[in-house]
Formats: sequence, structure tokens, C-alpha cells
Amino acid sequence: MTIDELQDQIIEEFAQFGDWMERYEYLIEMGRELPPFEETHRRPDFLIEGCQSRVWLYPSFNDGVITFEADSDALITRGIVALLVRVLSGRTPDEILGTDLWFIDRIGLKENLSPTRSNGLLAMIKQMRLYALAYKSKAEQS
Amino acid sequence: MPLSRSIEAIRADFPILAITVHGKPLVYLDNGATTQKPLQVIQTMDELYRTANANVHRGVHCLSDMVSERYEAARETVRAFINAPRREEVIFTANTTASINAVAFSFGERFVGEGDEIIISGMEHHANIVPWQMLCERKGSKLKVIPFSDEGVLDLEAYRNMISGRTRIVAVTHVSNVLGTVNPVKEIVAEAHRHGIPVLVDGAQGVQHGTVDVTDIGCDFYVFSGHKVYGPNGIGVLYGRTELLNEMPPYQGGGDMVANVTFEKTTYNELPFKFEAGTTNFTGAIGMAAALDYLTGLGREAVAEREQALLAQATAGLSTIDGMRIYGTAPHKVSVVSFLTGKIHQYDAGMILDKMGIAVRTGTHCAQPLMERYGISGNIRASIAFYNTEEEIEALVNGVRKATEMLG
Ligand SMILES: Cc1ncc(COP(=O)(O)O)c(C=O)c1O
Repeated sequence: MTIDELQDQIIEEFAQFGDWMERYEYLIEMGRELPPFEETHRRPDFLIEGCQSRVWLYPSFNDGVITFEADSDALITRGIVALLVRVLSGRTPDEILGTDLWFIDRIGLKENLSPTRSNGLLAMIKQMRLYALAYKSKAEQS
Repeated sequence: MPLSRSIEAIRADFPILAITVHGKPLVYLDNGATTQKPLQVIQTMDELYRTANANVHRGVHCLSDMVSERYEAARETVRAFINAPRREEVIFTANTTASINAVAFSFGERFVGEGDEIIISGMEHHANIVPWQMLCERKGSKLKVIPFSDEGVLDLEAYRNMISGRTRIVAVTHVSNVLGTVNPVKEIVAEAHRHGIPVLVDGAQGVQHGTVDVTDIGCDFYVFSGHKVYGPNGIGVLYGRTELLNEMPPYQGGGDMVANVTFEKTTYNELPFKFEAGTTNFTGAIGMAAALDYLTGLGREAVAEREQALLAQATAGLSTIDGMRIYGTAPHKVSVVSFLTGKIHQYDAGMILDKMGIAVRTGTHCAQPLMERYGISGNIRASIAFYNTEEEIEALVNGVRKATEMLG
């Protein structure tokens, strides 16, 4: 499935919810299902410090695709982190760099990406793109 | 003592209380961050711009005179509200932060040197920490911090022992914005004055919950923000004792603060103008005075009593929730409840409450050292005003219970 197909799928999943509480319940559940973050990766260089919540993001690059592992101390943030990982992990740098993440807005979570929220999510997306850029130039050099 | 008007009439004075958010009636419990404005304030400022706008103290014309008079009347309203001895001891600034910075700079220039000490408390807002740290850095002086108990009560014994021959100023908050503790500022001042040390009291959370009497407290400086006392943004107050203010150099230069300017030497205007450089926020000052008049009209003791009743209801209600931890249980506190439940993250709870229309603050509340003291990354704060209702407190308790179930 392409990134865009996956975005459409997530939008459809969220469309079935009647109200906010159901959407949050779903996010919380996804946050809980996110694979546990490797404790040895819980280091300052992989921490994205927000004012409201904190996010950890650990990348690895194998066979041309980037794998992201991530975590957050807040559950709803972790749910959104899980969505981002689901969409962007296991992709090539080009796929990540070429994508426009519209699904966040369409499932009504746009406010979570506003800079004033300072929950680490906006910085996390930026960081994912930066890693993609770095791996891309590394791959091109070798 | 009852409020002078019914709660329905009072709520009707605050148009914003009637709005809905996410389709739910707004339950505004973030009054510690900023308060809502009554029509009396909104209309005063609207009318001012429509009928009496001109620069203060700068013209010979009728409009300028009119607005200057009202600006000075606002100063008198503030003076009376905090019972300051003299009108010229009330200086208008932008907010609490600006007032503290003004003192830290100006007092610091005149009275603080290398090796000197400044005492603050462990429950200060960043606004009453950082300006003093900056002063310490400039002058090579030291910051000392009064510790407090788990309940949120300052350790006065430690404070007494902290005072030394090098202490130059004590700066403490009247009321903690996180714990709600009302500090014994009168005692703190008396102790400092025994050693001839002046005291600044941060009244940002102290001025809006009943009566405040700076003469009785005896403090040398008292500072607060208009926006936290039902007035507009961008206006604040610095009350200072004449003797000290006269000794302190101005911290900003410009128009209105000078008596005589030549390129060789400038002499400064007298109080309060010496500390009010440039065109001041006179609309803000007049709007704030309208807010203070409004509170006086309601009955300030009655406001405090109502808030205490709502606080008791909130504390009792929240305490019935499993795993509830309330931060700040001092015997004497204002209507602020900070809390966490179980292992729940404050941000999650705040987001769920928001969707229920309930506005609370989550995070560190600009008091990171305080959070560290409790070993937490932040908490949830409900700050209650007299215009809140019993039903709203119930909605908060139910909302927190629901969020706790969802996240637990
Ligand atoms: C105790 C205390 N001091 C200072 C401030 C700063 O007020 P302002 O941002 O209006 O300058 C606040 C505001 O939250 C406060 O609660």
C-alpha cells in the first residue's frame, strides 16, 4: 500500500466514529498497541522535548528503507505517534520526502500539529523528514 | 456576606461565558492564566476609543486633558484598591513580568553588588525567578531559595536563617499560581524589615481573590497584571514605596519620564512619571480601573467567600476519584486546585476535558522548579473564579472521572 492509500485508509477508519470520545478512545488504544520502545534508545539524542508532552524517535536504515520506533509519555500523543509510524515507517527516503501528510487534518487532529501546542509532534514529523534526507544523501554517497 | 448581585446577573456581565466550544457550553476554569472581562470593562474601553482618545499628558487640548484626567483617576482607583499610601506610588507597566523586571533592574542597579544575596521562594512563577537570576549574573550576586513543605507551606524557619548581612532584597509570591497557597507575606516582610531589607510581593495571583492591603502587608513593592483581575491585557501595576522609588534610577528613557533634556544632561521627572517612559497604555489602565470598580461593586469579601465555597466543592469532588493526588493542601489557599490521577499524563486529561468544553491548564504552569520539587513533569490545574457555578465544578469532577477511566 502506498503512503497515500494508507492515509485514505486511516481517514476511513476515523470516519466511523460518532464523537470525539470515540476518536480519542481509538487513539488511546493505538497508543497502547504501539510496540514498547527499546529502553536503550531512550536517550537525549532521540528525545523531542515538547512543553506539553515528550516524544522519542529512533530511526534505523536497512535495505533502502527507514524503520521508525517511537514513543511518548502522553497516551493520546502516543496514539498519534503510532499513526505517524504506521504511515512513514518501512518507507524509502524518497517516499517520505515526497509525501504530504494530509490525513492528520482530515481526521480532525490538526490542532495537535500547531506549533503553539508544543507536544513534540510537529517536531517529530520534521525530524522524520530530516532523517530521510540524511539517509538519502548517505545512500547516494556510498 | 452575599455578592451584591445574583450569579445569573453576574454571568450575564461576561459575554464569553455563554459561548460553546466543540459544541459544549464553555466551562472556563483557567482563570489563573487569565480572567474573562465583564461588559463594564469592554464598554469602558469601547467608549474611550469612541469619545475620548488622545495622548495623555501631551496636549493642551480638551481631549488630551480629559483622557489624562481619567488616566490619573485610574491610578487613584488602583491606589485605593490595594490601599497604597500615595497615588504617585502606583506605576503603570505592561504586566507583572514587566513590573518585576523593572524592579530587578532598577533596584539592582542601585543597591545590589557582587557577593550580595537575593532571596526568593521555591514556589515562584518564572517571572519572579528569571529577572533575579539575570540580575545575579550582571552583578555577581547569589540567589537563595526558601524551601516549602509537601503541603505547599513555606519554611519560615529556613527563611529566617537564610537572611544575612548580604541580603539585599526578598521577592516572594503572595499566592502560588500552582498550589494556591496564600503565603504569610506580612510575617515575611516583618522579618526582612527587622534587618532593613526591602520585600517585593508578586501579587499576580493575590490581588483578585478578596481584599489586599499593601499598607498592612508593609511590603516595599507589590506587582500585578490587569488581565488576571478581570481587566484588559497589556497593563500591569508596580506599587513601590516613595523612598525607594526615588532612590532608584529609571530603567527606560524617553518621553514623559524627563523634566529637562539637553544633549549634555537630562533630569528626570518625578514619580510616577519617572518610571513611565513613552506613551503608556492608558486605555488599558482605565479599563483595569473599571474592572477593579466592578469587583469592589460585587463585594470583594463576598467574591472570596464564593470562591472558597467552590474550592471546597472542587476539592471534595475531585478527592472521590481513585488515585487522586492534589498538589497544594495548605490551610490557607485560594481557589486553585492542581492535581494528577493515577499514572495519567496531564496533557491527555487536558485534551479530553477540552473536548467536553472544559478549559483547564496543563503542564508546568511556568513553575518548573516547583514541579521538580514534586518530581513530576507537570499537572492539571483548575483555577476557579466567582463567576463559576456549582454545576461547572460538577462538570469538572465528572470530566476528570471520565478521563481517568478512559486513560487508566
Ligand atoms: C504568580 C505569578 N507571577 C507572575 C505571573 C506573570 O504574569 P504576566 O504574564 O501577566 O506578566 C503569573 C502569571 O501566570 C503568575 O501566576
